[in-house]
Amino acid sequence: MKLYEYAARRMALLVFVLLGVTLLTFILSRVLLDPLAAYVTEKTNPNAIPAIKRMHGFDRPPWEQYFFYLRDLFTLDLGWSKVGHMSIVDAIATYFPATAELTIVAIIITLLVGIPLGVVSALKNNQLADHASRVFSLIGISIPVFWLGLSLQYFFTYWIKMAYGLPALPSTGRYDPVLAINTGFKKITGFIMLDSLIQGNLIMAGDALAHLILPAITLAFLNIGVITRLTRSSMLEVLRQDYVTMAKAYGLPQRLVIYKYALKNALIPVVSATGLMFGGLLGGAIMTESIFAFPGMGWLSYRAIVYNDSNTVLAYVVVASIIYVVVNLVVDIVYAWLDPRIKY
Amino acid sequence: MVLSRILEVADLKVEFRTYRGVVKALNGVSFNVDKGEVFGLAGETGSGKSVTGLAIQRLLPGNAVIVEGRIVFDGRDLLSLKEDEMNKIRGKEITAVFQDPHTYLNPVFTMREQFRDILLTNDREIASIKDKREIEKAVHDRIIQMLTEVQMPAPERVIKMYPHELSGGMKQRMMLAMAFSLRPKLIIADEPTTALDVTIQAQVLELMKSLQKKYGTSVILITHDLGVIAETCSRIGVMYAGRIVETGTVDSVYSEPLHPYTQGLMRALPRADKDLKVESIGGSVPDLVDLPTGCPFHPRCSRAMEICRKINPRTLNIDGRIVECHLYDGETSRGRVA
Ligand SMILES: Nc1ncnc2c1ncn2[C@@H]1O[C@H](COP(=O)(O)OP(=O)(O)OP(=O)(O)O)[C@@H](O)[C@H]1O
Ligand SMILES: [Mg+2]
Repeated sequence: MKLYEYAARRMALLVFVLLGVTLLTFILSRVLLDPLAAYVTEKTNPNAIPAIKRMHGFDRPPWEQYFFYLRDLFTLDLGWSKVGHMSIVDAIATYFPATAELTIVAIIITLLVGIPLGVVSALKNNQLADHASRVFSLIGISIPVFWLGLSLQYFFTYWIKMAYGLPALPSTGRYDPVLAINTGFKKITGFIMLDSLIQGNLIMAGDALAHLILPAITLAFLNIGVITRLTRSSMLEVLRQDYVTMAKAYGLPQRLVIYKYALKNALIPVVSATGLMFGGLLGGAIMTESIFAFPGMGWLSYRAIVYNDSNTVLAYVVVASIIYVVVNLVVDIVYAWLDPRIKY
Repeated sequence: MVLSRILEVADLKVEFRTYRGVVKALNGVSFNVDKGEVFGLAGETGSGKSVTGLAIQRLLPGNAVIVEGRIVFDGRDLLSLKEDEMNKIRGKEITAVFQDPHTYLNPVFTMREQFRDILLTNDREIASIKDKREIEKAVHDRIIQMLTEVQMPAPERVIKMYPHELSGGMKQRMMLAMAFSLRPKLIIADEPTTALDVTIQAQVLELMKSLQKKYGTSVILITHDLGVIAETCSRIGVMYAGRIVETGTVDSVYSEPLHPYTQGLMRALPRADKDLKVESIGGSVPDLVDLPTGCPFHPRCSRAMEICRKINPRTLNIDGRIVECHLYDGETSRGRVA
């Protein structure tokens, strides 16, 4: 079977997986929890409750409710988000691109630092560079997020300006709204970087990137250690393999042996770890987004939980599940491409 | 004589540094290989055959130390070469065929990709071509030509495959094609048929012999299997505990083995079809971390004398045959006992 056939078949299967996700969230929201809670407060007139139930169809049999729930999902009619002060669909369209941008930048930093560091560690096994990278990784893994986030803010937005008069990095938000107005920036997709590049607005693109740097480094720092250690151990394992001896026996240059023959094998476990990381981060990093007042999914869901906004929480669960399933699919396809031995 | 010599290994000593202690894998290995000759290296498991092969290619793992010795290949002292000079010899002048083609081919690249890199790195003719498309064509043609030479079925299809899609015999043919494609002066074949079915073993050996004849390549054939050596080689070296205890032409060693260890191997030969089980020799190979004093074989030798426990035997040349045993040393024992 060809790779694209495999991809197509997996996408077809995806439909059923997603149906399963909707069924689970439906049971969670309508059967295990009281769906009425989102529409009723202690001040609501008890006499109005049956009408509210009727209005939202909560008086219908469950299978019928599930059907309507599916219809609403497909027509993107998911109700109102209390904490977002907008419809759920608008809220997701507003908050998700922020998280996606942050995640992508964080993952890029993670891989750009983590993989080379892991390779160097493996090549300099138990030498100074390896020890240094081990210490760095352990610090990254064990440092608390809030401490790292706040420290970065302190150093890069306050201290370098105070001590050296250097331009500070922004520490909150996604972009400078004043700059957006002055440069005539318009939202199209909600991805600020993408939108400003489409409009050829390099100033805004730079501003959006500057806003991403500190939260992305915070997120990346936690994951670099994981990727470094994984790349290192995987690379060490691969360098012991017979096919590496074979490549050397045929005089292939060192860089070919390491960066082609060994690395492609060594990256196989790194890909699956990155996929999981990506899926996790796309759900929104609650702590990091809160510290940097970064209006993403983590920030939204955190407030939804605090303010008992079950509609938003559920929408969040659905979105996070869909993302996770899709990312998993992509990982499996990349996996199949990297490792031809995989049976599909 | 010297002119026709392609490889000379003299007094090679290799140690591995391990947590268990220093493993003395090679304790003074000496042998020569002539141009166009197939030299067989035999011995029980752990006797140091593979280590010898890897040492010649300077591919020993990081915990190995070449303590002493000389390896002269085609007039150059390999142990004194810089790594990049050595790397020019690997692939161009010395190539290798390994035991388990399943683990020695890279699982995540197609056969074509792996073969192509080998050719691009080493082949002078292909390196001299300027045009990119012509390079690809030359590479392709050479691969197909070599695969045809090793009688690979459906070569055009096979080159698009990954190693796991090929049978064991096909993979070993692929390795032979790679090894011979560069017209090396020496091929080190470490158990090239051990992982294969008996019928396929014979085919692969036959193929290797005919290619070796055709190109006049020298081959070091490492194997457990004395039958394989009898069929393929002109001379044999018998290894025991990191030394070559007996060297000679296959005819002379098989008809009149001198060393008691070789004699034991030969007695075991009719019963051993695949694995070398030295049933007539009691005991087992010595611990290389803690070698016995004197001749390393003496604890298992039925003809051991007092001196064998104390002094390592010298290397003797008896009518062109080389043997390390006190039995044949007039000065250390009472004279030739045969
Ligand atoms: N990387 C290593 N570290 C420590 N000891 C090693 C290493 N490689 C080989 N040895 C030791 O060196 C000795 C010789 O090994 P070698 O692989 O050359 O044996 P061999 O004759 O090829 O055996 P076989 O027939 O099983 O292939 C063995 O005792 C082995 O344990
Ligand atoms: Mg071996």
